[in-house]
Amino acid sequence: MLPASLDLLDVTYFLSGSVLVSSFILLYQTRLFGILNAFALQSIILSLAVAWQAMVQQAPHLYVTAVIAFLMKGIFVPLVLRRIVRVLNIHRAVETVVSINLTLLGGIGLTILSIMVVFPIARAADVLVREDLAFALSIILLGMLMMITRRNAVSQVVGFMAMENGLVLAATGARGMPLVVEVSVAFSILIAFFVFGIFIFRIRERFDTIDVDDLSAHRGDAR
Amino acid sequence: MELINDLFAQGVQMMLTLLAAPALVGLVRKVRARLMRRRGPSIFQPYADLFKLARKEALLAHSSSWLFRAAPYVVFAAIWVAAALVPTFASGLMFNWAADILAIVALLATARFALALAGMDVGTAFGGLGASREMMISSLAEPAMLMIVFTIALLAGTTQLSLIAQFMLDQPVGLRVSLGLALIALIIVSVAENGRIPVDNPATHLELTMVHEAMVLEYSGRHLALIEAAAAVKLLLYVSLIMSLFFPVGMAQAGGTPAAMATGMAWWAGKVVLAGALLAFGETAVAKMRLFRVAEFLGGALVLGLLGMILLFVSRSL
Amino acid sequence: MGIAELLLTGLAIMFAIGLWSVFFHAGANRIRATYGAIALACLFLLLPGIGYIIAAPGTVSIVLPLGLPDVGMRLRLDFLSAFFLVVVNLGGAVSSLYAMGYGVHEARPGRVLPFVAAFVAAMNLVILADDAFTFLLAWEMMSLTSWALVMSSREKEAERAGLVYFVMASFSGIMLLFAFGLLAGAGGGYGFEQIRLAPPSGPVATGVLVLVLLGAGSKAGLFPLHVWLPLAHPAAPSHVSALMSAVMTKVAVYGAIRILFDLIGPAMVWWWAIPVLAIAGITTLMGVLYALMQHDLKRLLAYHTVENIGIIFIGLGLAMAFHANGQTAGAALAMGAALLHVFNHSLFKSLLFLGSGAVLHATGERDIDRLGGLIHNMPRTAFFFLVGSAAISALPPLNGFVSEWLTFQSVLASSQLPQMSLKFLIPVTGVMLALAAALAAACFVKAFGVTFLGRPRSDMAGKARETDRFSLVAMGLLATLCLLVGIFPGQAVQALHPVVGFLVGGGLPTEAVTPAVPLSLTPFADGRSSYNGMIIFVFLLVSASFTAWFVHRFASRTTRRTDSWDCGHPEDNPLAQYTAASFSQPIRRVFGANVFSAREQVDMPPPGDNRPARFAVSMDDPAWKYIFTPLSTLVTWVSRRVNVLQQLTIRRYLTLVFFWVVGLLIVVALWN
Repeated sequence: MLPASLDLLDVTYFLSGSVLVSSFILLYQTRLFGILNAFALQSIILSLAVAWQAMVQQAPHLYVTAVIAFLMKGIFVPLVLRRIVRVLNIHRAVETVVSINLTLLGGIGLTILSIMVVFPIARAADVLVREDLAFALSIILLGMLMMITRRNAVSQVVGFMAMENGLVLAATGARGMPLVVEVSVAFSILIAFFVFGIFIFRIRERFDTIDVDDLSAHRGDAR
Repeated sequence: MELINDLFAQGVQMMLTLLAAPALVGLVRKVRARLMRRRGPSIFQPYADLFKLARKEALLAHSSSWLFRAAPYVVFAAIWVAAALVPTFASGLMFNWAADILAIVALLATARFALALAGMDVGTAFGGLGASREMMISSLAEPAMLMIVFTIALLAGTTQLSLIAQFMLDQPVGLRVSLGLALIALIIVSVAENGRIPVDNPATHLELTMVHEAMVLEYSGRHLALIEAAAAVKLLLYVSLIMSLFFPVGMAQAGGTPAAMATGMAWWAGKVVLAGALLAFGETAVAKMRLFRVAEFLGGALVLGLLGMILLFVSRSL
Repeated sequence: MGIAELLLTGLAIMFAIGLWSVFFHAGANRIRATYGAIALACLFLLLPGIGYIIAAPGTVSIVLPLGLPDVGMRLRLDFLSAFFLVVVNLGGAVSSLYAMGYGVHEARPGRVLPFVAAFVAAMNLVILADDAFTFLLAWEMMSLTSWALVMSSREKEAERAGLVYFVMASFSGIMLLFAFGLLAGAGGGYGFEQIRLAPPSGPVATGVLVLVLLGAGSKAGLFPLHVWLPLAHPAAPSHVSALMSAVMTKVAVYGAIRILFDLIGPAMVWWWAIPVLAIAGITTLMGVLYALMQHDLKRLLAYHTVENIGIIFIGLGLAMAFHANGQTAGAALAMGAALLHVFNHSLFKSLLFLGSGAVLHATGERDIDRLGGLIHNMPRTAFFFLVGSAAISALPPLNGFVSEWLTFQSVLASSQLPQMSLKFLIPVTGVMLALAAALAAACFVKAFGVTFLGRPRSDMAGKARETDRFSLVAMGLLATLCLLVGIFPGQAVQALHPVVGFLVGGGLPTEAVTPAVPLSLTPFADGRSSYNGMIIFVFLLVSASFTAWFVHRFASRTTRRTDSWDCGHPEDNPLAQYTAASFSQPIRRVFGANVFSAREQVDMPPPGDNRPARFAVSMDDPAWKYIFTPLSTLVTWVSRRVNVLQQLTIRRYLTLVFFWVVGLLIVVALWN
């Protein structure tokens, strides 16, 4: 189907590597719209990577996953979140817990860690699967890092969905994951997204802030 | 005979970088002006500026020392030598093997060191401010630059620029994330090192956010002309560097025929014009950053470079 | 006279000078003569070192009938000790030459002179020692004499420095004692020859590594054991600071190399490189960050010693990684880089400390925020200090760049290592090194700019006079050497060839690349990367003078002195210039907030209020905050608990001893 010279390995590697890089772009942002744009970018690259896998593995169901990723996470979710930010008039600058540079360095550390964890375990597996899994794990960890280092509910939602992007990458790379699982994952994400969205609205109504640290003061069990 | 030929090619290259550099600055200004719907000065205005400055008398503050007078020559020489070592229209020129890209980075550091000291020499607040900020910016830009160098050197197996350019020409390196990351990081570093928007504004004067201009505030006459010329050469150097590392298309070989050299020169001129136009587009599209956002910007470049290197290590261990 | 006799004569003269100067130290001429004699004795020890490396006459062993009964005192000269002899005695000779001028102004020469001679002799003895007993004896002597030198000043600061130094020096001695205990093993062979024959392996060898990193590392100044260094080095007289910072730390490096590469050698495991590289990388970065926060010139230099020790240990760590994997070429490159940096650092750090001594003598100030404009009154000192600053900032064509270039080349070679963890760790170390190099340049722009440039910030700085001839000659010598090593890097590396070969069993190729050019430096035999300091130097010189000639000939050569421009509103008050603190403010904001938890407090009175605006910066030292302060709290707590033991009756003491003996016997019984 494809000329062998067009290094399969290179393209796959390039795409999954790009998803990882977009995770770093996500971490670098300090403005809400920047975060949303970066997330859209990540999802679009992800859908490209999935589509490429679909072509390589000749697995048509992966095309569905790619389309879902593109439409839902690449376009719909960022647009809705953008609207939420605008309607609620949320402060556009994201407050960070530690400095951006430190977060990025931490991200590098997590990438190294996940490569070092995955490679020995998946030694027997195919080269591409191994590297895909390593990247996916680091994307998941970077999503978590984003959730813990940003004091803003919207960026936490984005961090959560970035983690899900990592899961999708892992699932497509690992081969043989049925569509059912993916669809259910996608739906659960959608539900989570709505839950988060509603939460943001409610929180905003009640306390006039969405800085999660400010919310701790309202915890019933705190004192 | 061969030696003379080599020397000649090298000499042509050095003179060419020197002569073409102000035109690049003029071009960037012209394109920017056009993009802002101004007519803008002629592309050759920087030459006129340099001539005018060079012929004026040089003013020295009472508190300035010999270092203040020597620094422009050191800065100019270091940047010119560094530029002579970067392949432009041909690779493998006479002196290219005398130093690798690490040495080129270090030569630029020498120039910066001299200029920062000169900024502090007169003992004004602005000079110190410029020197301090310049060193902060470079303290992040230089490691980022070295990471880019490492990434490329790992791929090509050498730090010698000519050999890297040759490698990029000969081998199909394919689609590599690492190279893309290195390119982005290198562009960021170039923008910072040349004091372009969004890091510093070369068109500014009398502004609290200035960096390069604050350092050279006390300079006038021929000294200022040398510093301006050096800045122009540095911009051309970075453009040539990016081109020879990532797009060495059309570059002539060492000891090539005059025709090949001429073709190489035409390619190079085209690439430089394109890069200048792109720079102008970029500068009109973005706004200048706060000083401390610059640290994050360059930190980002450093992380990109590091990430590129790590990804390369991974792909090599496959 | 053979090499052995020369060495012994040198040592004997040195000790004799020490004794002599205890009694005769009054009068400028006597002081001058004494320092001259020390310099001469250093030459006695320097020449065998150089001669040995050039002629390679084979190992020279000397057994003296001193020390332990059946061991004696064994000395040995091989390539490694010859190289360090050169480093130590070059530093010793030059700083003594400097002291011929500087030492005359000493307030209490009797407290300095005898110890200087003994200090240099002890360092030589450490390097020549061929058995553990001699090594430790000389090591302790080196610590004690240098401690005495730190305590020679009457300043209050020196007392605290002395206390901290004493504790750390004892710690380092004990750790090395344990290390040699492990090395000797149950057989108790304390001669180095015996240890070489039966090197430890497995966990014992690892134990030795840990102890060496603690013992030699604390002496060399590895983070976080560096805390004594920035206190003690500046407290001593400047020529002694130069000796301590430039030479004594190298003796500690020697100890580490001798034990890890020579004595343990074959038992080296690849993962040892991990802790070494990690600690070295952190040391490099922390050292320069600390230095950036300083405004005391000598303390700033001392912190830079910490940084450079980190760079040396990065080279050693890389050499370990390559060596343990049997990659001789890489190991040779990394080891060559480390050794060359040892030499280079001893040159430029001596130079800088001597320069700071000249400044201190001329102005009585170490605080650079009260200096400025010295370049006008002290042009030569300023020039030499500038050369040293450029060299330590790794700028071509000076020597600092050469060794950092070699280190970077060996970092690049690390992609051939088989271990995944090293592949990740080494690039990260490379980033730290690159960051440190760039920050060092920033720091020396600050140090030189604030001290020598601008306008004087105090009367003393305005009235400074150029320093004496001896000091200038000493500094000029070092500056020349810095330049020479920088423009002849190939020769320098060639000279290191046998030393490197002795340690890792392979030398550095220096064959030139095509086209064949002499003087080029190429790290690998296939000649893919090269650096030629000579050409760069000539190139710079030619283009700078051509430009100067061209501009003066064809453009304009007139100059006019005027007031400074400063954007139209010049400020006459010299205190309005940038100071050390303001210079490093951007870097403090970028790095300091995380590392030192630096906080800035601005108190700006509202308009109409006459109270002055205030700005305060507070910083925590992580080494003290997280390690040493808790540790000293713990020690105080424990000692308060055991304090009761001091007021027991005799009978109780005897009971205690009795139970202790019985307990030990039980342990022995169970053991068998």
